[in-house]
Amino acid sequence: MIYNQKTSIKLSLLLFGGISFQACYQAMSQENSTEKYAIVSKKREISNDTLPSSFGFGRKATQVEIDRLDIDVRPDGKGLPAGSGLAAKGKLIFDAKCFACHGVGGIGGPNGSLVTNKAPVAAARKEKTIGNYWPYATTVFDYIRRAMPFNEPGSLTNEEVYHLTAYLLRANEIIDENTVINAKTLPKIEMPARDLFIPDDRKGGPEIR
Amino acid sequence: MKMERLVEIAQKFPKKLSRRKLLGGAATAAVAIIQTAKGQTIQKGLSENLIGDDPTKKFGKPAGEVGSRSPFVKSVKKPSDISSRSPLQDFYGIITPSDLHFERHHAGVPAIDPSKHELLIHGLVEKPLIFTVTDLKRFPSVSRIAFLECSGNFRGGKENLTPQEICGLTSQSEWTGVKLSTLFNEVGVKPNATWFLAEGGDAAVLTRSIPVKKGWDDAIIAYAQNGEPLRPEQGFPVRLFLPGWEGNTGVKWLRRLELSDAPYYTREETSKYTEPIKDGKYRIFSFDIDARSIITFPSYPQKVEKGWIEIRGLAWSGRGKVVRVEVSTDAGKNWKIAQLNEPVLDKAHIQFRHLWQWKGEETEILSRVTDETGYTQPTLKQLFEARGSEGGYHMNPITAWQVKKDGGVLFKPETFR
Repeated sequence: MIYNQKTSIKLSLLLFGGISFQACYQAMSQENSTEKYAIVSKKREISNDTLPSSFGFGRKATQVEIDRLDIDVRPDGKGLPAGSGLAAKGKLIFDAKCFACHGVGGIGGPNGSLVTNKAPVAAARKEKTIGNYWPYATTVFDYIRRAMPFNEPGSLTNEEVYHLTAYLLRANEIIDENTVINAKTLPKIEMPARDLFIPDDRKGGPEIR
Repeated sequence: MKMERLVEIAQKFPKKLSRRKLLGGAATAAVAIIQTAKGQTIQKGLSENLIGDDPTKKFGKPAGEVGSRSPFVKSVKKPSDISSRSPLQDFYGIITPSDLHFERHHAGVPAIDPSKHELLIHGLVEKPLIFTVTDLKRFPSVSRIAFLECSGNFRGGKENLTPQEICGLTSQSEWTGVKLSTLFNEVGVKPNATWFLAEGGDAAVLTRSIPVKKGWDDAIIAYAQNGEPLRPEQGFPVRLFLPGWEGNTGVKWLRRLELSDAPYYTREETSKYTEPIKDGKYRIFSFDIDARSIITFPSYPQKVEKGWIEIRGLAWSGRGKVVRVEVSTDAGKNWKIAQLNEPVLDKAHIQFRHLWQWKGEETEILSRVTDETGYTQPTLKQLFEARGSEGGYHMNPITAWQVKKDGGVLFKPETFR
């Protein structure tokens, strides 16, 4: 490499075409080394195909490290934290932090309604809401906790998220105002859109689905 | 370079520009012809430049650290609040330049220091592990050229739409990373794991549930794109890449994978990324991208001239290889097999072309693709018949362009409601 550089500097001083000469020189030497490598790699090909049972890269995750990130909630309630919520308390939070995007009472905001509008709407397409389109109530908790409010994501306490979840379920007339929402009750709520969905049945082939 | 095209250009500027001069500056002339497709103004500007400035008489720009795009090339994405579309009509070949790859994100592009970024894999595994980006790069690597398309990639409704506006939420790169199956082996995925949750490190902390089978089949934990580290808009420093699947499942800025025995029904896979089918039902976990093609030349707002035109476009399928693209130049009455430019790769954009002699008649030109499963790209009418007419995700209809008598090209909006 040192030899290479020296050679090219000299040539650059002597010739205007020094740069292209260097390029040629390197290309030639690369060709030679590739040829040599090809012989070696043929011999090694077979053993290289087998991966070791473990590479040993990465470090073991501690439970603390896992808990710090593991915020997801499943429909069966797995992942729901301690705490509980009530619709009346959720309304106070909603009116302070959510209505600007989602509308008064969760209807008609610039970023989409969350609550089904019972009044007759002139709009060509019915808005998809928590009440008419979300199959599981746990998703409401999970999504608010991970991504809302939009301008301050991840800023709500678990208790606040439970309150908001209760409020949105109540506003969609899925629970009554006295229902306490917690890790036990939330997974049991049957959402109106529970049976709205069918898993992808497209399979390729000539049929249009 | 086609001689007749050069002559054509030369004839347009007989006084200012001799044919000899054009051939002499072949490289620059090529740019002029490329620009023909895009409109007269650019073409004229270039020609004047050719006359006034002789690059053979002036020492050029010195070598630099980072390459540049010619100032004569104006190729840009088209951003909205939530996404930015690739200028499909400007592309040649099959690779999308990384800075023109479409964008779709749900809470902006996070600024992530790769030295602080880690990927946690846990849940139904023998050994929950945390990998730094450096760790991931130590594993055996894989590279693959494949398209990435947002499943919400269809616009219509008016005539003055470009390919970029109709379906610019698709792009293609060479993706490099470690096979997810390699990492699955490393953590020891338990046999009862059937799904995994992929979670991003952006402000949406976006999550999707993915069947474990896809992880074993061909999923890539990608850290590079077209030979360089991922662009921030595409998930720097690490993303999930699922060949052939809707873009949203390829979680960017990937920070966590949790192996599970059930899907999570996250907001992105219930409230979003589900589409209407018949009888008031909606389709969920619709991962595969159906085969699709679009003619990118000629297209709006280009203008064509009478004579030979090479119709060009892109075709792709999320289910495998493209086996055939057909082109119609008479509004769908007759179809002819288009040429496919190599390479024709699995789950990848491929380039098709078809020579057409246009005599000035008003007509419509269309393309339709067939993939190796035997699926042929449907019309919008067929899609509506199969799914109802609400539209939604995974719309891949045949796109028709109207060619007017004056050479103007317009999108043909269709409605069957």
